[in-house]
Amino acid sequence: MNNWKERGIEKIFLLSTIISSSITLLILGFMAYMALPLLRGGLFRLLTEPWMPQQGFYGIYPMIVGTSVISLLSLLIAFPVSLGCSFLISSIGPKSLSAVFRRIVQMMTGIPTVIYGFVGIFLLVPLIREFFQGGSGMCILTAALMLGVLISPTMILFFCDSFDRVPRSYIDAADSLGANRLQTLLYVILPSAREGIVIGVLLAFGRAMGDTLVSLMIAGNSIAEPKSILDSVRTLTAHIALVIAADYESPEFRSIFACGLVLYLFITIVILAVRRLAFRKSEERA
Amino acid sequence: MKQAGERLTIWYSWTCGLILTAAVFSILAYLLFKGAGAFHPKLIFGGVSPLKAVLLQQRVFDGLFPAVVGTLMLVSLSVSIALPIGFATGIYLAEYADFRIKNAFNLIFDILAGIPSIVVGLFGFALAVFLHKHYSSSIQPCLLISGLALAFLVLPYIIRTTQIALESLSPEIRLTALALGATKLQNLVYVLLPQSLTGMISGVILAIGRCAEDTAVIMLTGVVVAAGVPKSVFAPYEALPFYIYYISSQYTTPEELMNGYGAALLLLLLCLFLFALAFVIKKRLSYLAFYRP
Repeated sequence: MNNWKERGIEKIFLLSTIISSSITLLILGFMAYMALPLLRGGLFRLLTEPWMPQQGFYGIYPMIVGTSVISLLSLLIAFPVSLGCSFLISSIGPKSLSAVFRRIVQMMTGIPTVIYGFVGIFLLVPLIREFFQGGSGMCILTAALMLGVLISPTMILFFCDSFDRVPRSYIDAADSLGANRLQTLLYVILPSAREGIVIGVLLAFGRAMGDTLVSLMIAGNSIAEPKSILDSVRTLTAHIALVIAADYESPEFRSIFACGLVLYLFITIVILAVRRLAFRKSEERA
Repeated sequence: MKQAGERLTIWYSWTCGLILTAAVFSILAYLLFKGAGAFHPKLIFGGVSPLKAVLLQQRVFDGLFPAVVGTLMLVSLSVSIALPIGFATGIYLAEYADFRIKNAFNLIFDILAGIPSIVVGLFGFALAVFLHKHYSSSIQPCLLISGLALAFLVLPYIIRTTQIALESLSPEIRLTALALGATKLQNLVYVLLPQSLTGMISGVILAIGRCAEDTAVIMLTGVVVAAGVPKSVFAPYEALPFYIYYISSQYTTPEELMNGYGAALLLLLLCLFLFALAFVIKKRLSYLAFYRP
Protein backbone atom coordinates (compact mmCIF):
# COMPACT_ATOMS: atom_id res chain seq x y z
CA MET A 1 0.00 0.00 0.00
CA ASN A 2 2.67 2.42 1.11
CA ASN A 3 4.97 1.32 -1.65
CA TRP A 4 2.20 1.92 -4.15
CA LYS A 5 1.77 5.50 -2.92
CA GLU A 6 5.51 6.16 -3.09
CA ARG A 7 5.70 4.98 -6.67
CA GLY A 8 2.56 6.83 -7.66
CA ILE A 9 3.94 10.13 -6.40
CA GLU A 10 7.26 9.52 -8.09
CA LYS A 11 5.34 9.00 -11.34
CA ILE A 12 3.55 12.31 -10.82
CA PHE A 13 6.88 14.09 -10.37
CA LEU A 14 8.22 12.40 -13.48
CA LEU A 15 5.11 13.36 -15.43
CA SER A 16 5.44 17.05 -14.56
CA THR A 17 9.11 16.93 -15.53
CA ILE A 18 8.13 15.51 -18.90
CA ILE A 19 5.40 18.13 -19.34
CA SER A 20 7.62 21.07 -18.47
CA SER A 21 10.50 19.86 -20.63
CA SER A 22 8.15 19.24 -23.54
CA ILE A 23 7.39 22.98 -23.57
CA THR A 24 10.96 23.65 -24.70
CA LEU A 25 10.55 21.27 -27.61
CA LEU A 26 7.01 22.43 -28.33
CA ILE A 27 8.19 26.02 -28.79
CA LEU A 28 10.86 24.86 -31.25
CA GLY A 29 8.29 22.74 -33.06
CA PHE A 30 5.78 25.58 -33.37
CA MET A 31 8.42 28.01 -34.68
CA ALA A 32 9.71 25.53 -37.25
CA TYR A 33 6.22 24.46 -38.35
CA MET A 34 4.96 28.01 -38.81
CA ALA A 35 8.10 29.15 -40.62
CA LEU A 36 8.17 26.09 -42.85
CA PRO A 37 6.44 27.60 -45.94
CA LEU A 38 9.05 30.38 -45.95
CA LEU A 39 11.92 27.99 -45.33
CA ARG A 40 10.81 25.95 -48.34
CA GLY A 41 11.30 29.06 -50.46
CA GLY A 42 14.98 28.76 -49.64
CA LEU A 43 16.78 29.30 -46.39
CA PHE A 44 19.53 31.29 -48.04
CA ARG A 45 17.06 33.74 -49.62
CA LEU A 46 15.29 34.22 -46.31
CA LEU A 47 18.48 35.05 -44.50
CA THR A 48 19.98 37.34 -47.14
CA GLU A 49 17.08 39.22 -48.75
CA PRO A 50 15.90 42.65 -47.65
CA TRP A 51 12.53 43.27 -45.98
CA MET A 52 10.26 44.87 -48.60
CA PRO A 53 6.77 43.37 -48.27
CA GLN A 54 5.37 45.59 -51.05
CA GLN A 55 7.90 44.23 -53.55
CA GLY A 56 7.49 40.67 -52.31
CA PHE A 57 10.76 40.40 -50.40
CA TYR A 58 10.35 38.93 -46.95
CA GLY A 59 14.01 38.39 -46.01
CA ILE A 60 15.12 39.01 -42.45
CA TYR A 61 18.68 40.01 -43.29
CA PRO A 62 18.38 43.65 -42.05
CA MET A 63 17.06 42.42 -38.71
CA ILE A 64 19.86 39.88 -38.31
CA VAL A 65 22.37 42.65 -38.97
CA GLY A 66 20.55 44.92 -36.50
CA THR A 67 20.54 42.33 -33.72
CA SER A 68 24.20 41.42 -34.24
CA VAL A 69 25.43 45.00 -34.40
CA ILE A 70 23.50 46.17 -31.34
CA SER A 71 24.37 43.23 -29.16
CA LEU A 72 28.04 43.18 -30.17
CA LEU A 73 28.39 46.91 -29.56
CA SER A 74 26.66 46.69 -26.18
CA LEU A 75 29.01 43.87 -25.24
CA LEU A 76 31.98 45.94 -26.39
CA ILE A 77 30.83 48.78 -24.14
CA ALA A 78 29.81 46.68 -21.16
CA PHE A 79 32.64 44.14 -21.03
CA PRO A 80 35.50 46.47 -20.03
CA VAL A 81 33.32 48.26 -17.49
CA SER A 82 32.09 44.97 -16.03
CA LEU A 83 35.60 43.59 -15.75
CA GLY A 84 36.72 46.72 -13.89
CA CYS A 85 33.72 46.53 -11.58
CA SER A 86 34.38 42.88 -10.77
CA PHE A 87 38.03 43.75 -9.95
CA LEU A 88 36.75 46.44 -7.65
CA ILE A 89 34.34 44.08 -5.89
CA SER A 90 36.63 41.09 -5.56
CA SER A 91 39.90 42.66 -4.46
CA ILE A 92 40.59 46.34 -5.07
CA GLY A 93 37.84 48.05 -3.10
CA PRO A 94 37.73 48.06 0.71
CA LYS A 95 35.61 45.19 2.08
CA SER A 96 32.62 47.21 3.26
CA LEU A 97 32.38 49.22 0.04
CA SER A 98 32.69 46.09 -2.08
CA ALA A 99 29.77 44.53 -0.24
CA VAL A 100 27.59 47.58 -0.85
CA PHE A 101 28.61 47.74 -4.48
CA ARG A 102 27.81 44.07 -4.96
CA ARG A 103 24.35 44.70 -3.51
CA ILE A 104 23.80 47.53 -5.97
CA VAL A 105 24.76 45.31 -8.88
CA GLN A 106 22.46 42.54 -7.64
CA MET A 107 19.65 45.06 -7.29
CA MET A 108 20.20 46.07 -10.92
CA THR A 109 19.09 42.62 -12.05
CA GLY A 110 15.69 43.42 -10.54
CA ILE A 111 15.05 46.58 -12.58
CA PRO A 112 12.36 45.93 -15.23
CA THR A 113 13.59 46.20 -18.83
CA VAL A 114 10.69 48.46 -19.78
CA ILE A 115 12.09 50.98 -17.28
CA TYR A 116 15.43 50.99 -19.11
CA GLY A 117 13.57 51.64 -22.34
CA PHE A 118 11.39 54.35 -20.83
CA VAL A 119 14.28 56.27 -19.28
CA GLY A 120 16.20 55.70 -22.50
CA ILE A 121 13.56 57.54 -24.54
CA PHE A 122 13.27 60.55 -22.30
CA LEU A 123 16.81 60.87 -20.95
CA LEU A 124 19.36 59.20 -23.21
CA VAL A 125 17.80 59.81 -26.65
CA PRO A 126 17.71 63.64 -26.28
CA LEU A 127 21.29 63.59 -24.95
CA ILE A 128 22.54 61.64 -27.97
CA ARG A 129 20.53 63.85 -30.32
CA GLU A 130 22.08 67.00 -28.86
CA PHE A 131 25.56 65.57 -28.71
CA PHE A 132 25.72 64.42 -32.31
CA GLN A 133 23.64 67.26 -33.71
CA GLY A 134 21.19 65.52 -35.95
CA GLY A 135 18.98 62.54 -36.51
CA SER A 136 16.30 61.49 -34.10
CA GLY A 137 18.72 60.23 -31.48
CA MET A 138 17.21 56.77 -31.79
CA CYS A 139 20.11 54.74 -33.10
CA ILE A 140 22.40 51.78 -32.61
CA LEU A 141 24.60 53.69 -30.18
CA THR A 142 21.71 54.73 -27.92
CA ALA A 143 20.30 51.22 -27.73
CA ALA A 144 23.74 49.69 -27.21
CA LEU A 145 24.52 52.07 -24.34
CA MET A 146 21.27 51.23 -22.55
CA LEU A 147 21.66 47.51 -23.25
CA GLY A 148 25.17 47.79 -21.85
CA VAL A 149 23.72 48.92 -18.53
CA LEU A 150 21.17 46.11 -18.73
CA ILE A 151 23.68 43.30 -19.30
CA SER A 152 26.50 44.49 -17.01
CA PRO A 153 25.13 42.89 -13.82
CA THR A 154 25.03 39.46 -15.51
CA MET A 155 28.70 39.76 -16.38
CA ILE A 156 29.87 41.34 -13.12
CA LEU A 157 28.15 38.73 -10.94
CA PHE A 158 29.51 35.85 -13.00
CA PHE A 159 33.02 37.27 -13.04
CA CYS A 160 32.95 37.73 -9.26
CA ASP A 161 31.57 34.22 -8.79
CA SER A 162 34.31 32.69 -10.87
CA PHE A 163 36.96 34.73 -9.00
CA ASP A 164 35.53 33.42 -5.72
CA ARG A 165 35.77 29.84 -6.91
CA VAL A 166 39.52 29.90 -7.55
CA PRO A 167 40.96 27.35 -5.08
CA ARG A 168 42.12 28.83 -1.80
CA SER A 169 45.48 27.06 -2.10
CA TYR A 170 46.42 29.06 -5.23
CA ILE A 171 45.80 32.31 -3.40
CA ASP A 172 47.69 31.18 -0.29
CA ALA A 173 50.62 30.18 -2.48
CA ALA A 174 50.70 33.62 -4.09
CA ASP A 175 50.41 35.23 -0.64
CA SER A 176 53.34 33.32 0.75
CA LEU A 177 55.45 34.35 -2.23
CA GLY A 178 54.85 37.95 -1.21
CA ALA A 179 52.27 38.99 -3.80
CA ASN A 180 49.89 41.76 -2.79
CA ARG A 181 46.13 41.49 -3.37
CA LEU A 182 46.23 43.14 -6.77
CA GLN A 183 49.11 40.97 -7.98
CA THR A 184 47.26 37.89 -6.79
CA LEU A 185 44.21 39.04 -8.75
CA LEU A 186 46.07 39.82 -11.96
CA TYR A 187 48.53 36.93 -12.13
CA VAL A 188 46.78 34.12 -10.22
CA ILE A 189 43.02 34.58 -10.01
CA LEU A 190 42.39 36.09 -13.44
CA PRO A 191 44.18 33.40 -15.50
CA SER A 192 42.50 30.55 -13.64
CA ALA A 193 39.04 32.14 -13.88
CA ARG A 194 39.24 32.37 -17.69
CA GLU A 195 36.34 29.99 -18.35
CA GLY A 196 34.09 31.82 -15.92
CA ILE A 197 34.74 35.07 -17.74
CA VAL A 198 33.92 33.54 -21.10
CA ILE A 199 30.71 32.06 -19.66
CA GLY A 200 29.67 35.45 -18.25
CA VAL A 201 30.29 37.12 -21.61
CA LEU A 202 28.33 34.45 -23.49
CA LEU A 203 25.33 34.71 -21.17
CA ALA A 204 25.37 38.50 -21.36
CA PHE A 205 25.51 38.25 -25.15
CA GLY A 206 22.49 35.98 -25.11
CA ARG A 207 20.68 38.43 -22.85
CA ALA A 208 21.48 41.35 -25.18
CA MET A 209 20.24 39.39 -28.22
CA GLY A 210 17.04 38.32 -26.57
CA ASP A 211 16.07 41.68 -25.17
CA THR A 212 13.06 43.24 -26.84
CA LEU A 213 11.99 46.39 -25.07
CA VAL A 214 15.19 48.42 -25.13
CA SER A 215 15.83 47.99 -28.83
CA LEU A 216 12.14 48.29 -29.70
CA MET A 217 11.84 51.57 -27.83
CA ILE A 218 15.12 53.34 -28.60
CA ALA A 219 16.79 51.79 -31.66
CA GLY A 220 14.41 53.47 -34.11
CA ASN A 221 13.20 50.29 -35.90
CA SER A 222 14.26 51.30 -39.41
CA ILE A 223 14.43 48.42 -41.88
CA ALA A 224 17.30 49.88 -43.90
CA GLU A 225 20.77 48.45 -43.56
CA PRO A 226 22.79 50.64 -41.15
CA LYS A 227 25.81 52.58 -42.45
CA SER A 228 27.07 53.93 -39.13
CA ILE A 229 26.34 53.50 -35.43
CA LEU A 230 24.19 56.63 -35.56
CA ASP A 231 21.75 54.94 -37.94
CA SER A 232 18.56 53.43 -36.71
CA VAL A 233 18.02 49.65 -36.97
CA ARG A 234 15.43 47.03 -36.21
CA THR A 235 16.35 43.90 -34.26
CA LEU A 236 14.85 40.44 -34.69
CA THR A 237 13.01 40.79 -31.39
CA ALA A 238 11.58 44.20 -32.28
CA HIS A 239 10.56 42.85 -35.69
CA ILE A 240 8.48 40.14 -34.01
CA ALA A 241 6.80 42.74 -31.83
CA LEU A 242 6.11 45.12 -34.74
CA VAL A 243 4.78 42.88 -37.46
CA ILE A 244 1.16 42.37 -36.63
CA ALA A 245 -0.40 40.82 -39.66
CA ALA A 246 -4.14 40.31 -39.89
CA ASP A 247 -3.72 37.48 -42.34
CA TYR A 248 -2.31 34.42 -40.57
CA GLU A 249 -1.25 32.79 -43.84
CA SER A 250 0.68 35.77 -45.18
CA PRO A 251 4.46 35.64 -45.67
CA GLU A 252 4.82 38.65 -43.31
CA PHE A 253 3.27 36.61 -40.55
CA ARG A 254 5.40 33.58 -41.42
CA SER A 255 8.57 35.63 -41.36
CA ILE A 256 8.26 36.52 -37.67
CA PHE A 257 8.38 32.81 -36.89
CA ALA A 258 11.58 32.61 -38.90
CA CYS A 259 12.94 35.38 -36.63
CA GLY A 260 11.82 33.39 -33.60
CA LEU A 261 13.53 30.29 -34.97
CA VAL A 262 16.80 32.16 -35.55
CA LEU A 263 16.74 33.54 -31.98
CA TYR A 264 15.89 30.11 -30.55
CA LEU A 265 18.71 28.36 -32.38
CA PHE A 266 21.16 31.06 -31.45
CA ILE A 267 20.31 30.78 -27.74
CA THR A 268 20.67 27.00 -27.95
CA ILE A 269 24.18 27.40 -29.34
CA VAL A 270 25.09 29.83 -26.55
CA ILE A 271 23.76 27.49 -23.85
CA LEU A 272 25.60 24.51 -25.34
CA ALA A 273 28.85 26.47 -25.40
CA VAL A 274 28.34 27.61 -21.81
CA ARG A 275 27.65 24.08 -20.60
CA ARG A 276 30.65 22.69 -22.44
CA LEU A 277 32.93 25.28 -20.83
CA ALA A 278 31.46 24.77 -17.36
CA PHE A 279 31.77 21.00 -17.72
CA ARG A 280 35.39 21.21 -18.83
CA LYS A 281 36.21 23.40 -15.87
CA SER A 282 34.64 21.05 -13.35
CA GLU A 283 36.48 18.07 -14.88
CA GLU A 284 39.76 19.93 -14.58
CA ARG A 285 39.11 20.50 -10.89
CA ALA A 286 38.16 16.93 -10.14
CA MET B 1 56.98 49.06 -15.34
CA LYS B 2 54.89 46.42 -13.64
CA GLN B 3 54.19 48.88 -10.84
CA ALA B 4 52.75 51.40 -13.29
CA GLY B 5 50.53 48.74 -14.82
CA GLU B 6 49.21 47.80 -11.42
CA ARG B 7 48.50 51.37 -10.46
CA LEU B 8 46.69 51.83 -13.76
CA THR B 9 44.52 48.77 -13.02
CA ILE B 10 43.48 50.27 -9.69
CA TRP B 11 42.52 53.56 -11.32
CA TYR B 12 40.74 51.77 -14.09
CA SER B 13 38.64 49.63 -11.73
CA TRP B 14 37.57 52.63 -9.66
CA THR B 15 36.58 54.49 -12.82
CA CYS B 16 34.49 51.55 -14.03
CA GLY B 17 32.75 51.29 -10.68
CA LEU B 18 32.01 54.98 -10.78
CA ILE B 19 30.66 54.86 -14.36
CA LEU B 20 28.25 52.03 -13.60
CA THR B 21 27.06 53.52 -10.31
CA ALA B 22 26.53 56.87 -12.02
CA ALA B 23 24.54 55.23 -14.82
CA VAL B 24 22.27 53.32 -12.45
CA PHE B 25 21.72 56.19 -10.09
CA SER B 26 20.96 58.64 -12.87
CA ILE B 27 18.29 56.22 -14.15
CA LEU B 28 16.77 55.83 -10.68
CA ALA B 29 17.08 59.50 -9.77
CA TYR B 30 15.58 60.65 -13.06
CA LEU B 31 12.53 58.46 -12.56
CA LEU B 32 12.15 59.44 -8.91
CA PHE B 33 12.50 63.13 -9.75
CA LYS B 34 10.01 63.04 -12.63
CA GLY B 35 7.59 60.50 -11.21
CA ALA B 36 7.34 61.69 -7.60
CA GLY B 37 5.01 64.52 -8.61
CA ALA B 38 2.54 62.05 -10.10
CA PHE B 39 2.57 59.83 -7.02
CA HIS B 40 -0.85 60.44 -5.64
CA PRO B 41 -4.05 58.37 -5.20
CA LYS B 42 -5.31 60.13 -8.34
CA LEU B 43 -2.62 58.34 -10.34
CA ILE B 44 -4.33 55.03 -9.64
CA PHE B 45 -7.97 55.94 -9.28
CA GLY B 46 -8.30 59.01 -11.49
CA GLY B 47 -11.44 60.96 -10.70
CA VAL B 48 -13.28 58.00 -9.18
CA SER B 49 -13.44 57.42 -5.44
CA PRO B 50 -11.11 54.53 -4.44
CA LEU B 51 -13.89 52.56 -2.72
CA LYS B 52 -16.18 52.61 -5.74
CA ALA B 53 -13.29 51.63 -8.00
CA VAL B 54 -12.25 48.67 -5.84
CA LEU B 55 -15.85 47.46 -5.58
CA LEU B 56 -16.07 47.77 -9.39
CA GLN B 57 -19.12 50.03 -9.14
CA GLN B 58 -17.57 52.65 -11.32
CA ARG B 59 -15.08 52.20 -14.13
CA VAL B 60 -11.78 54.10 -13.87
CA PHE B 61 -10.84 55.77 -17.16
CA ASP B 62 -8.06 58.18 -16.31
CA GLY B 63 -6.16 56.15 -13.69
CA LEU B 64 -3.94 53.10 -13.48
CA PHE B 65 -6.45 51.00 -11.54
CA PRO B 66 -7.36 48.58 -14.39
CA ALA B 67 -3.66 48.14 -15.25
CA VAL B 68 -2.75 47.39 -11.63
CA VAL B 69 -5.61 44.89 -11.30
CA GLY B 70 -4.67 43.34 -14.65
CA THR B 71 -1.06 42.89 -13.55
CA LEU B 72 -2.13 41.35 -10.23
CA MET B 73 -4.50 38.91 -11.95
CA LEU B 74 -1.86 38.02 -14.52
CA VAL B 75 0.77 37.37 -11.85
CA SER B 76 -1.49 35.20 -9.71
CA LEU B 77 -2.72 33.25 -12.72
CA SER B 78 0.69 32.47 -14.17
CA VAL B 79 2.37 31.74 -10.85
CA SER B 80 -0.42 29.38 -9.84
CA ILE B 81 -0.01 27.54 -13.14
CA ALA B 82 3.78 27.38 -12.93
CA LEU B 83 4.10 26.64 -9.22
CA PRO B 84 2.86 23.04 -8.82
CA ILE B 85 4.50 21.79 -11.99
CA GLY B 86 7.72 23.70 -11.27
CA PHE B 87 8.01 22.37 -7.72
CA ALA B 88 7.29 18.81 -8.85
CA THR B 89 9.89 19.05 -11.61
CA GLY B 90 12.51 20.53 -9.29
CA ILE B 91 11.89 17.78 -6.73
CA TYR B 92 12.12 15.08 -9.38
CA LEU B 93 15.42 16.42 -10.75
CA ALA B 94 16.98 16.84 -7.31
CA GLU B 95 15.77 13.65 -5.63
CA TYR B 96 14.73 11.01 -8.14
CA ALA B 97 16.46 11.45 -11.48
CA ASP B 98 19.70 9.57 -12.07
CA PHE B 99 22.78 11.35 -13.30
CA ARG B 100 22.34 11.00 -17.05
CA ILE B 101 18.63 11.81 -17.12
CA LYS B 102 19.29 14.81 -14.90
CA ASN B 103 21.96 16.10 -17.26
CA ALA B 104 19.64 15.89 -20.24
CA PHE B 105 16.79 17.66 -18.43
CA ASN B 106 19.16 20.32 -17.09
CA LEU B 107 20.15 21.14 -20.66
CA ILE B 108 16.51 21.40 -21.71
CA PHE B 109 15.65 23.76 -18.85
CA ASP B 110 18.77 25.84 -19.44
CA ILE B 111 17.53 26.39 -22.99
CA LEU B 112 14.01 27.17 -21.77
CA ALA B 113 15.45 29.74 -19.37
CA GLY B 114 17.42 31.31 -22.20
CA ILE B 115 14.64 31.62 -24.79
CA PRO B 116 13.94 35.35 -25.32
CA SER B 117 10.63 36.36 -23.80
CA ILE B 118 9.34 37.68 -27.13
CA VAL B 119 9.74 34.18 -28.60
CA VAL B 120 7.75 32.75 -25.70
CA GLY B 121 5.14 35.42 -26.40
CA LEU B 122 5.09 34.48 -30.07
CA PHE B 123 4.55 30.88 -29.05
CA GLY B 124 1.62 31.95 -26.88
CA PHE B 125 0.16 33.90 -29.79
CA ALA B 126 0.59 30.95 -32.16
CA LEU B 127 -1.06 28.73 -29.55
CA ALA B 128 -4.05 31.06 -29.40
CA VAL B 129 -4.33 31.07 -33.21
CA PHE B 130 -4.02 27.29 -33.26
CA LEU B 131 -6.73 26.81 -30.61
CA HIS B 132 -8.94 29.34 -32.38
CA LYS B 133 -8.70 27.40 -35.64
CA HIS B 134 -9.02 23.87 -34.32
CA TYR B 135 -11.11 23.99 -31.17
CA SER B 136 -13.24 27.01 -30.53
CA SER B 137 -13.54 30.27 -32.40
CA SER B 138 -14.19 32.06 -29.09
CA ILE B 139 -10.54 31.67 -28.08
CA GLN B 140 -8.46 34.73 -28.82
CA PRO B 141 -5.41 36.31 -27.20
CA CYS B 142 -6.61 36.90 -23.62
CA LEU B 143 -5.68 36.83 -19.97
CA LEU B 144 -5.54 33.03 -19.90
CA ILE B 145 -3.19 32.79 -22.90
CA SER B 146 -0.91 35.45 -21.39
CA GLY B 147 -0.94 33.68 -18.04
CA LEU B 148 -0.03 30.41 -19.71
CA ALA B 149 2.80 31.94 -21.75
CA LEU B 150 4.19 33.76 -18.69
CA ALA B 151 4.02 30.50 -16.75
CA PHE B 152 6.27 28.92 -19.39
CA LEU B 153 8.62 31.87 -19.01
CA VAL B 154 9.02 31.59 -15.23
CA LEU B 155 8.89 27.79 -15.02
CA PRO B 156 12.69 27.38 -15.29
CA TYR B 157 13.21 29.88 -12.42
CA ILE B 158 10.98 27.88 -10.09
CA ILE B 159 12.44 24.54 -11.17
CA ARG B 160 15.98 25.73 -10.70
CA THR B 161 15.56 27.37 -7.30
CA THR B 162 13.72 24.29 -6.00
CA GLN B 163 16.41 22.02 -7.37
CA ILE B 164 19.29 24.07 -5.96
CA ALA B 165 17.59 24.41 -2.58
CA LEU B 166 17.22 20.63 -2.31
CA GLU B 167 20.63 19.76 -3.73
CA SER B 168 22.46 22.08 -1.37
CA LEU B 169 21.18 20.31 1.77
CA SER B 170 23.97 18.65 3.73
CA PRO B 171 24.29 14.82 3.76
CA GLU B 172 23.61 14.76 7.52
CA ILE B 173 20.15 16.26 7.03
CA ARG B 174 19.56 14.01 4.06
CA LEU B 175 20.47 10.74 5.77
CA THR B 176 19.23 11.03 9.37
CA ALA B 177 15.55 10.27 8.80
CA LEU B 178 16.42 7.55 6.28
CA ALA B 179 18.66 5.90 8.88
CA LEU B 180 15.74 5.94 11.32
CA GLY B 181 13.67 3.97 8.83
CA ALA B 182 11.72 6.66 7.02
CA THR B 183 10.80 5.98 3.42
CA LYS B 184 12.09 8.18 0.62
CA LEU B 185 8.78 10.05 0.39
CA GLN B 186 8.52 10.55 4.16
CA ASN B 187 12.07 11.88 4.21
CA LEU B 188 11.18 14.27 1.40
CA VAL B 189 7.94 15.56 2.92
CA TYR B 190 8.97 15.78 6.58
CA VAL B 191 12.66 16.66 6.35
CA LEU B 192 13.97 17.83 2.98
CA LEU B 193 11.13 20.10 1.84
CA PRO B 194 10.76 21.98 5.16
CA GLN B 195 14.53 22.44 5.24
CA SER B 196 14.64 23.93 1.75
CA LEU B 197 11.46 25.97 2.00
CA THR B 198 13.19 29.37 2.12
CA GLY B 199 15.02 28.67 -1.12
CA MET B 200 11.82 27.58 -2.82
CA ILE B 201 9.91 30.65 -1.62
CA SER B 202 12.58 33.04 -2.84
CA GLY B 203 12.27 31.36 -6.23
CA VAL B 204 8.54 32.02 -6.20
CA ILE B 205 9.04 35.68 -5.34
CA LEU B 206 11.54 36.05 -8.17
CA ALA B 207 9.00 34.45 -10.49
CA ILE B 208 6.37 36.96 -9.33
CA GLY B 209 8.75 39.83 -10.09
CA ARG B 210 9.51 38.40 -13.52
CA CYS B 211 5.78 38.11 -14.31
CA ALA B 212 5.08 41.63 -13.13
CA GLU B 213 7.82 43.24 -15.20
CA ASP B 214 7.60 41.29 -18.43
CA THR B 215 6.28 43.25 -21.37
CA ALA B 216 7.37 41.28 -24.42
CA VAL B 217 5.25 38.21 -23.69
CA ILE B 218 2.03 40.04 -22.91
CA MET B 219 2.18 42.45 -25.82
CA LEU B 220 1.74 39.51 -28.19
CA THR B 221 -0.78 37.59 -26.12
CA GLY B 222 -3.68 39.81 -25.29
CA VAL B 223 -2.82 42.98 -23.40
CA VAL B 224 -4.61 46.08 -24.71
CA VAL B 225 -4.58 49.79 -23.97
CA ALA B 226 -8.13 50.16 -22.68
CA ALA B 227 -10.14 47.20 -21.45
CA GLY B 228 -11.13 48.09 -17.92
CA VAL B 229 -11.00 45.41 -15.28
CA PRO B 230 -11.23 42.03 -17.09
CA LYS B 231 -14.51 40.17 -16.50
CA SER B 232 -13.12 36.69 -17.12
CA VAL B 233 -9.88 34.95 -18.03
CA PHE B 234 -11.03 34.90 -21.65
CA ALA B 235 -11.12 38.69 -21.88
CA PRO B 236 -8.38 41.10 -22.91
CA TYR B 237 -6.85 43.13 -20.06
CA GLU B 238 -4.54 46.02 -19.20
CA ALA B 239 -1.15 45.76 -17.48
CA LEU B 240 1.35 48.17 -15.95
CA PRO B 241 4.45 47.44 -18.06
CA PHE B 242 2.50 47.62 -21.29
CA TYR B 243 0.95 50.91 -20.21
CA ILE B 244 4.45 52.32 -19.68
CA TYR B 245 5.56 51.11 -23.10
CA TYR B 246 2.45 52.50 -24.76
CA ILE B 247 2.66 55.91 -23.10
CA SER B 248 6.32 56.29 -24.04
CA SER B 249 5.48 56.33 -27.74
CA GLN B 250 1.81 57.36 -27.94
CA TYR B 251 1.28 60.01 -25.28
CA THR B 252 -0.72 63.05 -26.43
CA THR B 253 -0.91 65.31 -23.38
CA PRO B 254 1.56 66.24 -20.62
CA GLU B 255 -0.86 64.68 -18.09
CA GLU B 256 -0.65 61.33 -19.86
CA LEU B 257 3.12 61.52 -19.84
CA MET B 258 3.03 62.33 -16.11
CA ASN B 259 0.94 59.20 -15.58
CA GLY B 260 3.56 57.27 -17.53
CA TYR B 261 6.31 58.48 -15.19
CA GLY B 262 4.13 57.61 -12.21
CA ALA B 263 3.45 54.12 -13.59
CA ALA B 264 7.15 53.56 -14.28
CA LEU B 265 8.05 54.56 -10.73
CA LEU B 266 5.30 52.32 -9.34
CA LEU B 267 6.53 49.31 -11.31
CA LEU B 268 10.15 49.98 -10.38
CA LEU B 269 9.33 50.18 -6.67
CA LEU B 270 7.23 47.02 -6.87
CA CYS B 271 10.00 45.05 -8.57
CA LEU B 272 12.73 46.32 -6.27
CA PHE B 273 10.57 45.47 -3.26
CA LEU B 274 10.02 41.91 -4.52
CA PHE B 275 13.69 41.57 -5.27
CA ALA B 276 14.69 42.77 -1.81
CA LEU B 277 12.17 40.36 -0.27
CA ALA B 278 13.58 37.40 -2.19
CA PHE B 279 17.03 38.51 -1.16
CA VAL B 280 16.20 38.81 2.53
CA ILE B 281 14.66 35.35 2.51
CA LYS B 282 17.55 33.71 0.80
CA LYS B 283 20.82 35.41 -0.03
CA ARG B 284 22.66 34.61 -3.25
CA LEU B 285 19.99 32.37 -4.72
CA SER B 286 18.46 35.35 -6.42
CA TYR B 287 20.87 35.66 -9.27
CA LEU B 288 21.99 32.05 -9.26
CA ALA B 289 18.62 31.46 -10.85
CA PHE B 290 20.05 32.80 -14.10
CA TYR B 291 22.45 29.97 -14.51
CA ARG B 292 23.62 27.11 -12.38
CA PRO B 293 27.39 26.85 -12.73
